[in-house]
Amino acid sequence: MKAEYGKMMMWYFLISDALTFSGFLTAYGFMRFANEKTWPIAEDVFTHFPGISGEQPLLYVALMTFILIMSSVTMVLAVNAGHERKQGAVGWWMIATIVGGFIFLGSQAWEWYHFIIGDKGAIELADGRVLKVADAETGEVLSLSQLVHGEAGHASNHSETFTMTEVQQAFIANDEVVLQSPGKGHEQLSRSESVAALGSAEVVQGANMKRNEYGQKQFANFFFFITGFHGFHVFSGVILNIIVFYNVLLGTYERRKSYLMVEKVGLYWHFVDLVWVFVFTFFYLV
Amino acid sequence: MADEHSPSGTRWIWNVFWLLLIVTGVEVALGIIKPTVLLHEVAGTSILNLIFIGLTLVKAGYIVQYFMHLKYEDSTFRSSIYLPVLILIPYLTFITLFEGVKVFGY
Repeated sequence: MKAEYGKMMMWYFLISDALTFSGFLTAYGFMRFANEKTWPIAEDVFTHFPGISGEQPLLYVALMTFILIMSSVTMVLAVNAGHERKQGAVGWWMIATIVGGFIFLGSQAWEWYHFIIGDKGAIELADGRVLKVADAETGEVLSLSQLVHGEAGHASNHSETFTMTEVQQAFIANDEVVLQSPGKGHEQLSRSESVAALGSAEVVQGANMKRNEYGQKQFANFFFFITGFHGFHVFSGVILNIIVFYNVLLGTYERRKSYLMVEKVGLYWHFVDLVWVFVFTFFYLV
Repeated sequence: MADEHSPSGTRWIWNVFWLLLIVTGVEVALGIIKPTVLLHEVAGTSILNLIFIGLTLVKAGYIVQYFMHLKYEDSTFRSSIYLPVLILIPYLTFITLFEGVKVFGY
C-alpha cells in the first residue's frame, strides 16, 4: 500500500476512534429522536459569552471551533516545515499548536463550569418532567431569580440557590407565569395545572449526572460524555504534541533525517479537530 | 496516483483555512438568523439542518483530504480508510435514527 507502517497504523487507529465517536453521536441522535418533544434545544442551553451580557447562542462554540481550526492550521504548518527539514520552524509551529490546545481545553472548562452551575433554573415535577417557568403570553422563560425577586432579579441565577417554598410562593403570587417544556414547541401547562403540579415538585438548578435544569436527564449525560471524551482526546493530543516538541528541540528528528513523527502526531491532532466539527454540528447546531 | 505530491509552499494551507473559517461563519450566521424559508420540513428534518449537515461534510472532506493529506496517499491505502468509514457510519446512523423515531411514536 506504499504507506509507512506507523502512519498506516495511526490511520487505522483513527478509523476505530471515528467509529467510537459515531457510536456516541448516533446514540445521542437516537435518544433525541425518541424524546423529540421534550429534548432540550442546545441554543437555549449554551447562551453565554464571557464579557458580553445577555443571550448569545452559538457564539462561544463558534469561538471554540475557530480555536481548534487555527491550531490545526499551525499543526499543518509544523508538518510542512518538517518536510523542508526546518528544525526551528517546526518547533515554533508546535508551540503554537500546543498553546491552541490549552486555550481550547480552558474554553471547554469554562463551558462545563457554566453548564454545571446552571442558568435559569427549573422545576422538576413528581413524574420526573423538568419544566421552565415562563410568561404565559409570550412564552419567554424567566429565571428563578426573576421569579422570586421580580424586577430586581437577574436573567441568570448565578450562584444563588432557591428553595421550593420561595419559588412556590412567588409562583402563586404572579398570575402571569406558567410551567413550560424546554423542548421543541415549548408546550405549556395551564395556570391551574402548573400551580397544582408545584405542590409535589422540586427545584433543579445546574446539572449533574442525575438531574439537570435543561430537561431530559440524558441530555446532560450525553453532554458530559461526548464533550468529555473529545476533551480527553484534546488533552492526550496536547501531551503527544509536547513530547514531539521536546524531541524537536533535542534534535531527535534531525538525527533521523525525517520529521515523520510530527506528521503522525499531526494526523491525530487533525482528527481531534475533525471530531469537533461533527460535535459542533450535531450537538450545538442541528 | 500514488506519486502525486502535495503542493509546496504554505499558500494552500491558508486557502483551506479560509474555506473552513468561512463555512463555519456561514453555519453560525444561519444558526443565529434561522431564515424562515429554510425551516421548511423536508425528509423528516428542516432544509436548514440538511444545509448544516452538507456544510459539515464539506469541512470534514477538506480536513481529511488536505490537512490529513489523504488526497495524496496511495489509492489502495485511501480506499482502505474511506470504505469502512463511509459504509459503517451511514449504516449505523440510519439504523439508530429510524429506531429512535419508532420509539418516539410508540
